[in-house]
Amino acid sequence: METIRLVYPVEGGDLIEAGEASSKMKLTLKKLGLPQDVIRRASICMYEGEINMVIHADGGQAEVEVEMDQIVIRMIDSGPGIPDVEQAMQEGYSTAGSTARELGFGAGMGLPNMKRYSDEMTIDTEVGKGTTVTVKIKIPQ
Amino acid sequence: MTVQELIPSMELTVFHLAQPERPVAGGYAGDLLSWVISRAGQDCAWLTIMSNQNVAAVALMADVSCIILTEGVQPDADLLRRSREKAVNLLGTSLDTFSAACRLGKALA
Ligand SMILES: Nc1ncnc2c1ncn2[C@@H]1O[C@H](COP(=O)(O)OP(=O)(O)OP(=O)(O)O)[C@@H](O)[C@H]1O
Ligand SMILES: [Mg+2]
Repeated sequence: METIRLVYPVEGGDLIEAGEASSKMKLTLKKLGLPQDVIRRASICMYEGEINMVIHADGGQAEVEVEMDQIVIRMIDSGPGIPDVEQAMQEGYSTAGSTARELGFGAGMGLPNMKRYSDEMTIDTEVGKGTTVTVKIKIPQ
Repeated sequence: MTVQELIPSMELTVFHLAQPERPVAGGYAGDLLSWVISRAGQDCAWLTIMSNQNVAAVALMADVSCIILTEGVQPDADLLRRSREKAVNLLGTSLDTFSAACRLGKALA
C-alpha cells in the first residue's frame, strides 16, 4: 500500500462545529478498512488535537499519513505556543476559558489522552510561533 | 444486549436511533468530555447531562453505543441535528444519573 496523505484545515474559535475534521478522517479510515481499535485510537487523538487547536490556537491544520504499518497525525498551528510542556501534559492542567468549560471542555485531559491512545507522541512548540503535536499509531500486521 | 433491547428495559426516550443493533457492553457516567474519552470503553452506554452538540462528536470518536441524557435533559437542536448527521444513538431518561446507572447495571446483569 502506498502512503495516503490527508489534509484537514481546522477553523479557530468555532467550538460549535469543532470535530468535523476528525469525523471526516474517521470515515476515511473506515473506508480504508483499518482495524477498529486503530481507527478509534487515531480518531480520539485527532479529536483532542483538533479541539486544542480550536480552543487554544485559533485553528490550524491536521496532516494525516496512513502508511503500511502506522498512522501519523500532525496537528500544526501558528498559535501562542505552550510555555511549559511538562505542565501542559499533566492531567487536570488547563487554561481553557469559561465558554469552553461550559461546553464540557477544559478537564485538562486532552494531551494526556493523546499520549495514552497513541504509540508515540511529540510536541514541538515555541511561544509566539505555534505548536505541532505529532502522534503515531501502529497498525498491527 | 443491543441498544434496541435496552430502550424498553430502561424505559428510555428515543431522540434519535441510528444503529439499533449496536451492542451495549457497559456504561460510563460523566460530563467532562475529555474524561469521557479517557474512561468510556468502546460500546459503552454514556450517561450525561451535557446536551450540546460536542457530545455527538465525542460519542462518535469514542465509539460509545449510545448517549443517554439523564435528569430529563432535552438535547439542543444542534445536538439532535449532529446525531442524525453522524448516525449516533441519542436517548434520554427522566431518572437522575445515579438511578439511571443502577437501571443500566440491572439491565446488563
Ligand atoms: N495547540 C495548543 N496551543 C497552545 N496551547 C495548547 C495547545 N494544546 C494544549 N495547550 C495548552 O495545554 C493545556 C492542556 O491541554 P489539554 O488538552 O490537556 O487540556 P484542555 O484542552 O485545557 O482541556 P480538555 O482537553 O480536557 O478539554 C491547555 O489548557 C493549553 O494551555
Ligand atoms: Mg484539550
